Amino acid sequence: MPAAVKKRRNALLLILFVLALFPLFGSAYYNELLAKIMIMAIFAMSLDLLVGFTGLVSFGHAAFFGVAAYAVVLVSPKYDPGNLLVVLPAAIFSAAAVAFVVGLFVLRTKGIYFIMVTLAFAQMIYFVFHDSPLGGGSDGVFLNVKPELRIGETLLLDLGSPSQFYYLVLLFLVVAYVFLRVLLRSPLGHALAGIKSNEHRMLSLGFPVFLYKLAGFVAAGGLAGLAGFLSACQFGFVTPEILSWHQSGNVLLMVILGGMGTLNGAAIGAFAFVVLQEVFSSVTKHWQFLMGGMIVLVVMLLPGGLSSLPRRLRGLLIGGGTHG
Amino acid sequence: MDFSTFLIQLLNALQYGLLLFLVASGLTLVFGIMGIINLAHGSFYMMGAYMAFSLTSLTGNLLIAVVLGVALSALIGFLLEWGLFSRLYKRDHLDQVLLTYGLILMFEETRSLIVGDDVHGVPIPELLSASIQLSETLSYPVYRLFMSAVCIALAIGMYWLIRRTRLGMMIRAGSSNREMVQALGINIDLIYRLVFALGVTLAAFAGMLAAPVSSVYPGMGNQVLIICFVVVVIGGVGSVWGALVAALLIGLADTFGKVIIPDYAGLTVYILMAAVLLWRPEGIFRRI
Amino acid sequence: MDQGFNRRQFLLSTAGVAAGLALPASPLFAQSNRKIRIGLMLPYTGTYASLGNAITNGFKLAVEESGGKLGGMDIEYFTVDDESDPAKAPENANKLVKRDKVDVLIGTVHSGVALAMARVARETNTLLIVPNAGADEITGPLCAPNIFRTSFSSWQPSYAMGNVMAERKHKTVVTLSWKYAFGEQSVAGFKEAFEKAGGKVVKEMYLPFPNVEFQPYLTEIAALKPDAVFVFFSGGGAVKFVKDYATAGLRTSIPLYGPGFLTDGTLEAQGEAAEGLLTTLHYADNLDFPKSKSFKAAYFKAFKVQPDVFAVQGYDAAQLFGAGLAGVKGDVGKRAELIKAMESATIDSPRGAFTLSKAHNPVQDIYLRKVEGKENKLVSVAAKALADPARGCRM
Repeated sequence: MPAAVKKRRNALLLILFVLALFPLFGSAYYNELLAKIMIMAIFAMSLDLLVGFTGLVSFGHAAFFGVAAYAVVLVSPKYDPGNLLVVLPAAIFSAAAVAFVVGLFVLRTKGIYFIMVTLAFAQMIYFVFHDSPLGGGSDGVFLNVKPELRIGETLLLDLGSPSQFYYLVLLFLVVAYVFLRVLLRSPLGHALAGIKSNEHRMLSLGFPVFLYKLAGFVAAGGLAGLAGFLSACQFGFVTPEILSWHQSGNVLLMVILGGMGTLNGAAIGAFAFVVLQEVFSSVTKHWQFLMGGMIVLVVMLLPGGLSSLPRRLRGLLIGGGTHG
Repeated sequence: MDFSTFLIQLLNALQYGLLLFLVASGLTLVFGIMGIINLAHGSFYMMGAYMAFSLTSLTGNLLIAVVLGVALSALIGFLLEWGLFSRLYKRDHLDQVLLTYGLILMFEETRSLIVGDDVHGVPIPELLSASIQLSETLSYPVYRLFMSAVCIALAIGMYWLIRRTRLGMMIRAGSSNREMVQALGINIDLIYRLVFALGVTLAAFAGMLAAPVSSVYPGMGNQVLIICFVVVVIGGVGSVWGALVAALLIGLADTFGKVIIPDYAGLTVYILMAAVLLWRPEGIFRRI
Repeated sequence: MDQGFNRRQFLLSTAGVAAGLALPASPLFAQSNRKIRIGLMLPYTGTYASLGNAITNGFKLAVEESGGKLGGMDIEYFTVDDESDPAKAPENANKLVKRDKVDVLIGTVHSGVALAMARVARETNTLLIVPNAGADEITGPLCAPNIFRTSFSSWQPSYAMGNVMAERKHKTVVTLSWKYAFGEQSVAGFKEAFEKAGGKVVKEMYLPFPNVEFQPYLTEIAALKPDAVFVFFSGGGAVKFVKDYATAGLRTSIPLYGPGFLTDGTLEAQGEAAEGLLTTLHYADNLDFPKSKSFKAAYFKAFKVQPDVFAVQGYDAAQLFGAGLAGVKGDVGKRAELIKAMESATIDSPRGAFTLSKAHNPVQDIYLRKVEGKENKLVSVAAKALADPARGCRM
């Protein structure tokens, strides 16, 4: 095993270890915050599959996140806990199904146009929930009782318990990470990488490019659905705003902030984004100015995102002419 | 709906569509020629409206305010292109999306710091404050008709600029092949700077023109942004004519959607968009 | 000791995380000389920022007036900008409840955010005082011993307006509002009173929020020719609607009415178009109570602007909590007594004294006001001591 890979693996294991032990020391609030960051990390990684690995810059990714969150509430019984084995697949399936339909439209377009079309479709889905009584309209809907996993009479898992929920999120973070790593190494992953670097060549080589892209789009949508499911279970509250273009923008920002095309980067970006928001908003009422300024600075000065920082610093120190 | 009501609604649709065109034209121009997705376009619209308010209360005259505002926003556009955007042309579209996303936040907070968070009104100029009686209960403000006239004039002006002038020729050439035009000794950097400034000015001007009827309030830029994107998506990237046709279609869909299927009024525009994309994935018109 | 070392190392690595996050509060400190911890969760950015600031100002003015204390206790503020974003609401509320361990939550303006706050308050049994959001549910199905409101329910001003319009001999009315909960509830409250009094709502129209292209609806109204029009809008949308309504020439032929949010806080922007408009609300700019006058003077002195209804609601939130604290001599641990003291308090508000209903919503006079100059001037009392029906509240 090459040293770099080994090093990365060790770093990941260390992070996993810290995440696993954190609830033993952290307060309720920080556990919740960390769980939220992990959910956002799953969400950002799912988008990274499109943006970083396939070259499809989707500006409507919040739609799939939101559809899944709504599915959780709509599938769960009103005053009883939903069955995890029903609710989770339902949420992921509905997100993937919507991604499939949207994908049929948007994947016919390319580049800069794709960005706008995904944005417009997400906004359309936003209005479906905002204007119809289906999801409680503008006020949103509440999940009264969190889902649980029960076999026979024994309760195996109750998502209403913060600690059980935390570890479930951690488990899903690992699952999502492994899933994406495996996917990227599969023929589909290679095809997506090929599409990113040269779509025309892939076409002329006879690859069904559209189908591959659709598969990638659906997979990313389904994974965003997983994050949406977890988010709905965490706060028990789903509102049309979670589908808004600001959310799509934020998750895109996480991917860029961390450095796209590296799954770890997406997770780092999610962490940095949430922490920065916490810090800035505790400094001043006009914290969005700082947030905006930070975004501008990152774009102008740090094209590879935060995960390129160590490499850049090393480049600077050694004095080599490395460019990000 | 009787026939006269229908005609009045048609007029409403036309008027709304033309205003939409004015707001979206700058976006599509910058988009088509420079390949920049400018999310901050709505912020420039907001900026224009606030300029109309501040400068009118300062100078007491909307016309002077508009002249000053146009100059000011052209300058802002020029500086932004020079300071930020010109450094990003070699990069991915994504970077521009994010840059402009950051700018939205900064502009909105700057607005809050300078002008505050209150809602303000801008008076309609005396000369244009009359109304025309349309039916026994309804009259139509002259200012709205004036707005439509200005929009039409600008559409013609843009056509003339792009198709009939030397500058327009260079712009068109620059959008299809930047390097080639540069090799011919044309200062393409300056041309891009001018186009961007023009885009910003168009958005700000739309804000100034709309300020007397729409009033001036926080978050007003975000409201127009998405609908502008839909205009560009339907019209086709970078096509000014496409934007005009799309804006008028949206005006029709929105107006009659509100009357005929009020429960789904928020969706009609998007349904129109989906239908157009099924038919033509790249929008109605393709190039400039 | 090997184990100890490992653990310390771990703590060090997580300390970096915690240090980044734990900027404001340091719970260990405050415990020693017990200050009352007040969590303000209000919009300080975005469309409702001016409302959030007015509420905050009102609240702080009430505290200043009682010597920087409430109920004789020193207090400490914790603020969170809720951005009027419901998607972040549970998280923001938890920030104050779980991180800052506040004794009371004050917030907010946006109804969707307030509903989420009410949920958090119920789950964590935190005291909540809502200083604006009118969602009927807060003192309806979501009502709880620890949830209070010092503003109004959407139903209240609209219901009063239904009676006013019936008394003014209007038979047919068209309603128009944004398609969101606040608007729909306002229209429902109006319709209930108006149709009970023999009127008829001939058409209910809603436009997608926050769309402000009103022209198609104005054309509809002109074609339908109702006796009057009832609308719910606020902020920038209200300004645009009132102006559009006037320039469409409808003002002269079809009178326009609505809950007071149509004209409150935005009269400067509406200009001539608003002159003479009749609206209903629990506050008017020229009320004659001694408290109204002293409040206006003090507020102007402190903040150099005239107070609006939002400042009043924030002011009363502080008064209500102060009454509770006084009842238990500052011992917030005595929750049941604290709530009892708040429930039975009579708040000497700038809007006129009010008490709370069983569901903890103000039982208050709703005024009919008329726009004159740049003020909403009192015409008459539209409904005396109007209590929200609190449908669905089991308490």
